[in-house]
Amino acid sequence: MSYVPNTADEQQAMLRAVGADTIEDLLKPIPEDVRLKRALALPPALAEPDLKRLMLGLSEQNADLDHYLSFLGAGSYDHILPSVVPHLVKRSEFYTSYTPYQPEISQGMLQAIYEFQTLVCQITGMDVANASLYDGSTAVVEAALLAVGPAGTGDVLVSRALDPQYRATLKTYAHTRGFTLREIELDQGATSLAALEAALTPETKAVIVQQPNFLGVLEDVRQIEQLVHRTGALYVVAITEPASLGVLAAPGDYGADIVAGEGQSLGSPLGYGGPALGLFATKEQFLRRMPGRLVGKTVDDRDQTGYVLTLQTREQHIRRERATSNICTNQALLALATTVYLSALGKQGFAELGAQCLRRAHYAQEHIAAIPGYTPLFTRPFFDEFAISTPLPPEQVGAALRERGIVGGYDLTRDYPELGDAMLFCVTETRTREDIDMLIAALEEIAGPAHVH
Amino acid sequence: MSTESLIFEKGAPGRRCSTLPALDVPARPLDSLVPAELLRAEPAPLPEVSEIEVVRHYTHLSQRNFGVDAGFYPLGSCTMKYNPKLNEDMAALPGFARLHPLQHESLTQGALQLLVELEGFLAEISGMTRVTLQPAAGAHGEITGLMIIKAHHEHRGEGHRDIVLIPDNAHGTNPASASLAGYTTVELKSDARGRVDLAHLEDVLAQHQGQIAALMMTNPNTLGLFDEHIVEIARRVHDAGGQLYYDGANANAIMGITRPGDMGFDVVHFNLHKTCSTPHGGGGPGAGPVGVADHLVPFLPGPLPAKGSQGYFWEDVGPLSIGRVRANCGNFLVLVRAYTYIRTNGPDGLRHVSDSAVLNANYIMRALQDEYDLPYDRTCMHEFVFSANRQKKNDVHALDIAKRLLDFGIHPPTIYFPLVVPEAMMIEPTETETKETLDNFIAVMRQIAREAREEPSLLTEAPHDTVVGRLDQTLAARKPDLRWQPAAVAAGDS
Repeated sequence: MSYVPNTADEQQAMLRAVGADTIEDLLKPIPEDVRLKRALALPPALAEPDLKRLMLGLSEQNADLDHYLSFLGAGSYDHILPSVVPHLVKRSEFYTSYTPYQPEISQGMLQAIYEFQTLVCQITGMDVANASLYDGSTAVVEAALLAVGPAGTGDVLVSRALDPQYRATLKTYAHTRGFTLREIELDQGATSLAALEAALTPETKAVIVQQPNFLGVLEDVRQIEQLVHRTGALYVVAITEPASLGVLAAPGDYGADIVAGEGQSLGSPLGYGGPALGLFATKEQFLRRMPGRLVGKTVDDRDQTGYVLTLQTREQHIRRERATSNICTNQALLALATTVYLSALGKQGFAELGAQCLRRAHYAQEHIAAIPGYTPLFTRPFFDEFAISTPLPPEQVGAALRERGIVGGYDLTRDYPELGDAMLFCVTETRTREDIDMLIAALEEIAGPAHVH
Repeated sequence: MSTESLIFEKGAPGRRCSTLPALDVPARPLDSLVPAELLRAEPAPLPEVSEIEVVRHYTHLSQRNFGVDAGFYPLGSCTMKYNPKLNEDMAALPGFARLHPLQHESLTQGALQLLVELEGFLAEISGMTRVTLQPAAGAHGEITGLMIIKAHHEHRGEGHRDIVLIPDNAHGTNPASASLAGYTTVELKSDARGRVDLAHLEDVLAQHQGQIAALMMTNPNTLGLFDEHIVEIARRVHDAGGQLYYDGANANAIMGITRPGDMGFDVVHFNLHKTCSTPHGGGGPGAGPVGVADHLVPFLPGPLPAKGSQGYFWEDVGPLSIGRVRANCGNFLVLVRAYTYIRTNGPDGLRHVSDSAVLNANYIMRALQDEYDLPYDRTCMHEFVFSANRQKKNDVHALDIAKRLLDFGIHPPTIYFPLVVPEAMMIEPTETETKETLDNFIAVMRQIAREAREEPSLLTEAPHDTVVGRLDQTLAARKPDLRWQPAAVAAGDS
């Protein structure tokens, strides 16, 4: 199968038109000593039906969430995806377009991104949002970069309950830029206010806290704000579970300077972790220091409303080495998906989404806590995830659940050895009471008679 | 077509589209579960619209958007080739799309196998040893590659190397990425044939002895020209202790013909959304895997997918690794599409892709060079750059030519880039266009050249047939309006 339409005869005619006999004549600028004098060692071409069979086979070696009952979150969340979302996102006028540099023929995507920016402001309570970034982890990195500024120095305080992968990504960039990352200890699963207070100095450029945090716990975000803003540091709230914004206070309401997070679960498939959708929103005063694309409303030469990419003088293709960021794309198609998704859920639906996650997770947590051998690690409030101390090593609990067709919670021992044997369970609106009861029964069985009191 | 109102201006209070399943657990008051101060006082003020309104609205928006499926898109450096429908279907398979990134390896063997094989394919195409699939886009690949180079120098006790050389025709992301990585950039001049000026390179290397960290280069470069001095350039930069970074933006020209590894490059990033036909999605998602030569493998971000005796697994990387550059394994569903594309084409097919891309570009260039200035009159690779200097005499600019093309249902070339060509128009037809499409473009460009001479207002007032005319960019930047506000709030604001 080839997507090159022109036949050999047509190509021959075209060669003649440019005064060449063969393709080789056109490749002469490439010196002999760098030429590949063999065919690429790749598998031979496959016809569409053969390829479909191969790909279906590969895909079926994975346990997808339509066939396994999953209670895994830990940064990536399974939410209901209404059919209307993929149908609209798959319109090829959207997905086969490039960055809307020619606004006259890109009004559709531009307007959708303007709507996206508005929706992100509405759910976060912030003043302005960009057109999106790569993913949640890099969005948090960009928040830190904004805070440390062009000099790239200073301290960034990070809660130990920020997603471990986000902390790892921050560490990579901190080393490159030269700012210092300091981790703030936890107290009962939440960022320790005492440790935070002690760590804040005039050198602190930003404090990064996740809400709900990686361990599922709700941080005392208002108290943290008081501490952070006693200094000149920026208050960065990271969000990996945006469905929480259906019921939880918006970061804008408790004084966040930047909200950075992951929006994939609002309208896009999990996709083994990518593509993802970096959300970035901030206060008006940081607008011109904000990384990434922005769409603005304007008028055309006939006085009609229209939309354009704007404030591009911050960007790499204009500023080159003086750009605020090297990012030259957004995740436009996922931003579109989130726009359609939030419109489809709407005001009531989004609130219900948050409420359902919250109530289902609490039902699950209370019933798991009632099984002998399983104890909640923390007593603090949570949203749709909670950490449970397990009677067996979580590796064994996970294996036993897999045998029963269940994807269990996240094994916390690797990232948080100090917590002992512990698993982080996630229950969203996709899990019915029957599903949860199956998990409870399985956990009971796995604990075995030794733990029956 | 009239303007389309915003989704916020549609619907009515109480209207719903998607609803959730009934709650089958106790509906306890929310403030009995979470302290009230952590809860929202009011629901987020999202739209209240029905399904038909959502569908009509975004369908209308799609009709106000131009994509490759709608017409010719010769946007230089962006490789706007056809996006095969098969790839979309494969990426939508539940076994790929409905997969959680942290699932146990035993439940993701197919995904891991695909990643291991794709890494091998990309290593073979580029002539590199190993490839990380983590980076989300080309620019993300650039910063990753530069971090790897930095770690390499630091490991050798040469962390003081602080200069990255970048040719004057490079993509803007190159200097931006180098700055982000903490490097100072030094611009290399091009010679009269559009290549790196070897004498200038020599001067710069001598002037900054012991300071050179890397040279970032695109080859073929953004003029669409292959720099035949590449082996010599690589030798000199290596002799100066620098590493060679290959910006893979133009890799569509070279598949199966030459490989960055064989040219002497140490690091390569791919743009799978260009070379491997994954859709650009209106500006993303893309994927920017980074390949490295042997000596840089220890510095790759991790974990890396691997095959062991017990099957496929995520292999931790060693202490020299730069660490993660993002969460999870990369833009997996983009990688699935790229994998499908490579398997569809096979080795001969990929070679045919590059051959045909080069032929199509030369075909247009030769057919139009009597009407448009061609600053570098050489056989081009997959793209080339015209200048609208001749048209400028009639007060017609590259921008006007671009806008006039819109009236013919053709996406304009990249304009005003590369910066070394005044009034630049960078044209990349790609291999997936028919001869008729190319001939039509040639005819349209000839007509526009004639109009520029005879009736320039047709160009300067273009476009005439689009849903909106030229937009006021200055107003947009001077009074940024970046979000909708309810009328009352908006009024109070101003």
